Amino acid sequence: MSLEPRELDELKSKIGRSPTSTELQIVAAEWSEHCSYKSSKKHLKMLPMTGPLVINEKGYDSGVLDVGGGYVVTAHIESHNHPSAVEPYGGAATGVGGVVRDILSAGTRPIAIFDGLRFGNIEKDKQARWLFKNAVRGVADYGNCLGIPTIGGEVEFDDCYENYALVDVACVGFGRKDKLIKNHAKKGDVVVLLGGSTGRDGIGGSQFASDSLESEDRSAVQIPDPFIEKLIIEAILEARTQKLIHAMKDLGGGGLSCAVSETADALDIGIEMDVNKVHTRENDMHPDEIMVSESQERMLIVTSKEKLKKLEKICEKFRIGCSVIGSVKFDNKVHVKKGNKTFANLSADIIANATLLDLPSKKPVYLETITQEKKFKPITDYSNTMMKLLSAPNIASKIWVYSQYDHEVGIRTVIKPGGDASVLRLDNGKFLSVKIDGNPKQCYINPREGAIGCFEEACRNVVCTGAKPVGMLDHLQFGSPKDPEIFWTFLESLKGLTDFAKDFAIPCIGGKVSLYNETPTGSIKPTPLIGVLGLIDKKPLVPQKITDGDCLVIVGDTKDELGGSEYFEYIHKFIGGNCPVVNFKESKKNMKTILDIISKQIIKSAHDCSKGGLAVAVSELCMTSQIGCNVSLDLVPGEKLSSDRILFSESHSRYLLTVEKKNISKLEKILKNNKVSFKMIGKFGGEKIHFTNNDTSVIDLRVDKVHKTWINSLRDLVLHG
Amino acid sequence: MKVGVVVFPGSNCDRDMYHVLSDVFHFDTQYFWHDKGLPKNIDAVILPGGFSYGDRLRAGVIAAHSPIIKDVQKMAEKGIPVLGVCNGFQILVESGLLPGVLLKNESLNFMCEWTELIVENNKTPFTNKLKLNQKIPIPIANGEGRYYADDETLKKLKKKNQIVFRYGDKVNGSANRIAGVCNEDGNVVGMMPHPERAVESEINPIDSKPSSLIFESLLVQMGAKN
Repeated sequence: MSLEPRELDELKSKIGRSPTSTELQIVAAEWSEHCSYKSSKKHLKMLPMTGPLVINEKGYDSGVLDVGGGYVVTAHIESHNHPSAVEPYGGAATGVGGVVRDILSAGTRPIAIFDGLRFGNIEKDKQARWLFKNAVRGVADYGNCLGIPTIGGEVEFDDCYENYALVDVACVGFGRKDKLIKNHAKKGDVVVLLGGSTGRDGIGGSQFASDSLESEDRSAVQIPDPFIEKLIIEAILEARTQKLIHAMKDLGGGGLSCAVSETADALDIGIEMDVNKVHTRENDMHPDEIMVSESQERMLIVTSKEKLKKLEKICEKFRIGCSVIGSVKFDNKVHVKKGNKTFANLSADIIANATLLDLPSKKPVYLETITQEKKFKPITDYSNTMMKLLSAPNIASKIWVYSQYDHEVGIRTVIKPGGDASVLRLDNGKFLSVKIDGNPKQCYINPREGAIGCFEEACRNVVCTGAKPVGMLDHLQFGSPKDPEIFWTFLESLKGLTDFAKDFAIPCIGGKVSLYNETPTGSIKPTPLIGVLGLIDKKPLVPQKITDGDCLVIVGDTKDELGGSEYFEYIHKFIGGNCPVVNFKESKKNMKTILDIISKQIIKSAHDCSKGGLAVAVSELCMTSQIGCNVSLDLVPGEKLSSDRILFSESHSRYLLTVEKKNISKLEKILKNNKVSFKMIGKFGGEKIHFTNNDTSVIDLRVDKVHKTWINSLRDLVLHG
Repeated sequence: MKVGVVVFPGSNCDRDMYHVLSDVFHFDTQYFWHDKGLPKNIDAVILPGGFSYGDRLRAGVIAAHSPIIKDVQKMAEKGIPVLGVCNGFQILVESGLLPGVLLKNESLNFMCEWTELIVENNKTPFTNKLKLNQKIPIPIANGEGRYYADDETLKKLKKKNQIVFRYGDKVNGSANRIAGVCNEDGNVVGMMPHPERAVESEINPIDSKPSSLIFESLLVQMGAKN
């Protein structure tokens, strides 16, 4: 599809001539939505990107946080949606590979992977099941082989992803501040391509393919090779330690075209390169193909001629390819040659900076009526409803997924996957808590509040481990921005995230925008995914086993907010209602209070209340500790509501605390002093999960029975349909 | 008291093992890259886990042909303690230093979970501080961890006390629930679970003491020798 006519005219007028075919390919790759962010960039600037811990350096593909003691944490998030929808194994695997190299680019070692996976309805759609199964395997095979633990994530199913897949991967890195790569280039420096060979795979990956390439019917999905990636990681970290790298960039979307032009533009240099020097998988590759191939496991490095010898020695040790493909010039041009013949010679500034768009937006019509609720027939016993919810693919245990991921390698994983946020120990004695969250059901009903809700939920999760949120990653996934209604939902989400980030002083340290996520039946629901990183100075709260006599305390109000809830959508098949709204003041107060309580070490665990509401959150506590609980719904603070609404409302800013009886008065005193809304609503003991409302039983279930259903249902669904 | 950690292309538990040996148990620890030999003054050799050569062909089979394996074989013959963990175990099996093979798990999936080991032989350099039938909470993380050997070999293993660890439960379909074995002399031990992931209480949710005894056994063994 190449450039649009308008863009071609623009390019011609900027360079004062017709572009060559190679130039056209390079510019089309770089001006694609994927690489240029042309639709979103203008607006993304509203997010706060600075903060006391943030280190900003030019040319970084990841965010960098100073975590003290001379150490930094890096983080980034990427998606591989289109490839994964076609070839889930390779798409997911190369998605991991790409984001890992972004972390490596800063000179830090990748120490954890997180995956957010979304598919169609796996209960009725066999293709969705196939996509799910293979995407999980793709993440597992790649991450496991690299020896980077996959320690957290989420899996969600929704009809809006029919015939499609969202595969998001976040990666966290760790390193010494003084070993960060400070991207720079000196006169006479050489440009090196390191890693796997360049082949014909992945051509067209970043949203373009010329007619001639299309006619050859090449795969747009890249081929994963985690073994080579592992060797690259070790080789580059060794080169980093020996200070052999001046500047570095990973080859992702747009391949060499983007890596070379973005490096030249970021460092304000020119790069002259010869495609003959690129180590290729096939002999007869055309310069156009070499420049836009998205073959994986490749890194672009700028170094001096003296350091090159040492770099080559390291590559020899690991037996990975290392080709000097060009040199640094000071004319700001990207000059691509094949031998002596020039194929492209353009200003890096022109290539790397597509004209940004200011697309029109319009509030979608469907939002006018979406809050209207249907009347549901009231029932008195919700035990069956509860069993159904706990076996629902979105709520059932994800153990089938995370047990396929090596989540222990690296020996940092203090809080393992399966709970709230996962926690890693760092070499400076501190702990890093990370969680990613999305909620397309709520974002569809209210793009602004839904996005804020994802952000707050991720914060709540890290707070439950005792961590203070210090940085945020955002991944904004929407349909076609050319549809003003979709673009409106994008802007609303972004504005919501910006307001929350500013108010809570949590800087955005990295992000990604993925647009044009369209399925055969239409656009996906707005799916912003938010990652929050939290820091723990002393000790994380590792949930302790709940025992007989322990008390259950809820913090935060339960409101009539069931729009987008699992209860409405899964049980009643109803899309609509009031989306949960975060009250910033209440949210901040609750977070601060929970952190205060955790630091005083008087509670056994803190658990966040989210999907499936209070009912599911209490059950999760019971199942994990294999103990029953008696809960009185009439004691739950908040609006006066019917039993089902108290049970299944997904209001934000709520926490469940478990505490030994001897500490309950101490706990209540702190809660009172902090003026938060709270109540002791239950006691643990026995073998039953028992909810009552004014002494009337509403749910009465055996923990062992519930646990069996919750733990096995997703696996059974995948294996047996 | 020098312990060598052998590193193959694709090893990924080498740094974890090094940390545990050197920072937790204070062994004089050194890495050795696969394409060179081992010096003579090494007192114990450890082959860590990972995906040597990306598990191509079959886990451990390519690494078993590395130059360094010849030296590992020589040391094994001399009675020097050798431990292979996970991929290290697979390499020891593929190089003929230990009997049996490791097949794909019964579930056909990679499995990462905490399991329980039972000590069956406490006469090896890595188990001498453990009690017979002692239970060890420990994580596994492998795709090809199902131990298999023909009946005759299994009988011989039992007779010669070569079964070092069994799983408490049926975890992955291993023959006789075998999780770790040793050679006839008992100085070469291979095990699928990861003791290096279980010796620090910070990351062990159950009990870190039993796994620590694996490394303390080596300390005792080497102390006895010196």
